[in-house]
Formats: sequence, C-alpha cells, structure tokens
Amino acid sequence: MEACRITATNLACRRGDRVLFAGLSLEMAAGEACHVAGPNGLGKSSLIRLLAGLARPFAGSVERVGMAGLLDERPALDEHQPLGASLAFWGRLDPASVPLEKLGLADLLDVPVRYLSTGQRKRAALARLIGQAAPIWLLDEPLNGLDARGVELVQALVAQHCESGGIALIASHQPFAIPGLTRLELQEYVP
Amino acid sequence: MRLLAALFWRDLARLLPGMRGGGTLLPLLFFLAVAMLYPFAVGPNPTLLARTGGGVIWVAALLAAILPLDRLLAPDLEQGFFDQWALRGIAEEVVVAVRLVAHWLSFGPFIMLAALPASALVGIDGETLRTVELGLLAGTPGLAAIGIIIAAVTTSLRGGGAALAGLLVIPLAVPLLVFGAGSLSTGGQGGLALTAAISLLLVAIAPFAGGAAIRAAREG
Repeated sequence: MEACRITATNLACRRGDRVLFAGLSLEMAAGEACHVAGPNGLGKSSLIRLLAGLARPFAGSVERVGMAGLLDERPALDEHQPLGASLAFWGRLDPASVPLEKLGLADLLDVPVRYLSTGQRKRAALARLIGQAAPIWLLDEPLNGLDARGVELVQALVAQHCESGGIALIASHQPFAIPGLTRLELQEYVP
Repeated sequence: MRLLAALFWRDLARLLPGMRGGGTLLPLLFFLAVAMLYPFAVGPNPTLLARTGGGVIWVAALLAAILPLDRLLAPDLEQGFFDQWALRGIAEEVVVAVRLVAHWLSFGPFIMLAALPASALVGIDGETLRTVELGLLAGTPGLAAIGIIIAAVTTSLRGGGAALAGLLVIPLAVPLLVFGAGSLSTGGQGGLALTAAISLLLVAIAPFAGGAAIRAAREG
C-alpha cells in the first residue's frame, strides 16, 4: 500500500453559529486505527468531512498524504440501477476488484439499489470503498444496520486494511474491536 | 478518457428518455402539448398562427429544457456522488461538462425532431421551419448550459430551489430568445450567428460556474 499519513493541527469546526469542537490535533501514520467517540451532534461526521478535505475547517489545518476513502450513510449508488450496474460504474473509475462473495452481495447484483435494505446498502458501500483501494479509510458509522456477521466482517476488513499499512478512522457509537485501536473522545474538545 | 466515458454513459443512462435510469419523455411530450394547444388558445387564425408559431416553438423548447432541472445535479449531491468524485480527485468541472453534453443529448435532438410536427400544428412554412431548426441547433446547447448552471446554483436549496430556478431562468434565457426567435422575423443569418455566439459563451461558462456552485454547496 502507498505511503499515507494524516496530520490535523489545532482543528476547529463550526456549524452555523456554534463551534462544535476546537483545538483538536491528530496525527495518524500507516497502520494506525482510531475510534472517534462522542454523543450525537458533537461533530464526528463533520470531523470526518474535514479530514477528507470535503469541508473547510473553521480554524487549523489538515494535511493528508494518500487518497482518502469515505464511507458514510450515503452509498453513492444509483437508486434506479441494479446493484451490479451501480457498482460497475465505480468499477470503471476505481483500480481494485471487489470481493462480492465475501461481502454477501453476489446474489443481489440484479436487484435495484432502491430495494436493498440498510445493511445491504452498507455492504454495497463497503464494496465501493474496497474497490477504491484508498490507503486512508474514513468510516462514519460503518456498523449501522449491519447484522452480527456484518459487524465481524467490517472489523476484519478494517483490521486487514491496517495490517497492510492503511489508516482507518472510525466514528461510531458501537464498540469497535480491532487490535491496536486508539480512542479519541471528541467530548474533550468541546469549547 | 476512461473516466469521461464512464461518467458519460452513466449520465446518458440517467437522462435519456426510455432508459432505465428514470429519464422520461416528459420534456418532449410537454413541447408537443404546447404546440398542440397553442392554436386552440389563440384561435384558428392562420396568419396569426404562422407569424407567432416560430416564437411559440422557441418558448416551448426553453420550458422543455428546464423541466428536468431538479433531477440534473441535486440527486448526485444528496447521494454523495460528488463527495466520492472529489475524493478521487475528479474535478466538479469535468463532471458538470460531461453532464452538460448528456443533458443536451437528452432533449436537444428530440426537440429538433418534434419541431417538425409542431411546425405543422402551428402552420409555419418550410422556409421559416428551416430557420427555426437552425436556430434550435444553435440555441439548444445554450439552453442546456443555462439549465446546468441553474441546477448547480439551486442544488443546496431544498424546497425553495424550484421557485428560484424559475426566476433565474428569465434573465439568462432572454438573450437566447431575443436572437433565436428574433432570427425568424429578420429572416436569418445575423440572428442565428448571434444565437450561436451566446450559446457558445454559455456552454463555455457552464462547467466553471456549475463546478464552483457545487463546491460551495458541499462545503456550506
């Protein structure tokens, strides 16, 4: 896996008139995984968007080496298309092949995306994430809607990703069990 | 190139009428409905119909072009496509430029085709029809560009977007209609050339204006 690193310095995030968090510094190198925790509305998703470079920080800076892959509640798959065609679109843009069998998607390829359940959508989004082969994984509530086997699968995938030199940042309310996981309590940065 | 082709095929599948992506024949049927109903509205006066028919075809073309606006860019922003493209380093401008071509293909050629029966319905002659068709050829890319710009500007405004879109169309579309429909009364060349020039300008601006608007909507 290509070299990767995230450095966030003195990050602050504002939503409307409210500063959600401030003074957050974060440094992640290859192979590290971090669990961002905190109550609802504290800015976990906003932090992920800042680190992905999709939003501009209110203060501070984000430096990122390596491509970031984002998994959030929106799967970015065409609702009207069958799952196979939707994934094929990303397949044409992305380098890696997707282990459909392992993700439990092999039987769903001709089902239109709008008929998929929450958990199946999450699996489909995971397929897109794996296909992207980005060294940095930013996962926003990756376990939402997944059954017990799905949860295990995601944990195994993330662990494998970090073992092979990737970075994973996970924002989740559920416990996440992989070796070497550090914890970031967002509560501590509320001004 | 691979990237452009992938984006283009997806856009076509979503926008072309009859494809499973949800593109509809609505703009086309709307266009024909206007041409069909117009003679009933103004009465069966052949000279009046022939004199105003070309202009009506132009207005119908404009309205047909802005019908699919709410489906043009907003769903992709809501469903996270633009985020995913940005992460892969694909510029919004590229996506918008490709979308512009697909949007034009989804109504431009069809409207030029539908202008043939429409011209019979409003009773305009062959020479005028030729000017209308050339005008539409020159003007519809500009209409598509207007549509893209407005769709991009209003993506982040849920609910109020449609009303604002309607208002924004007016000033942007005026030059195209002035010269496009105007070429009918002056008999051609100058008006057509100006229509093409405005069209070209709008097409050149659209990807940059649209890209900037989408970035602003995402970061906001």
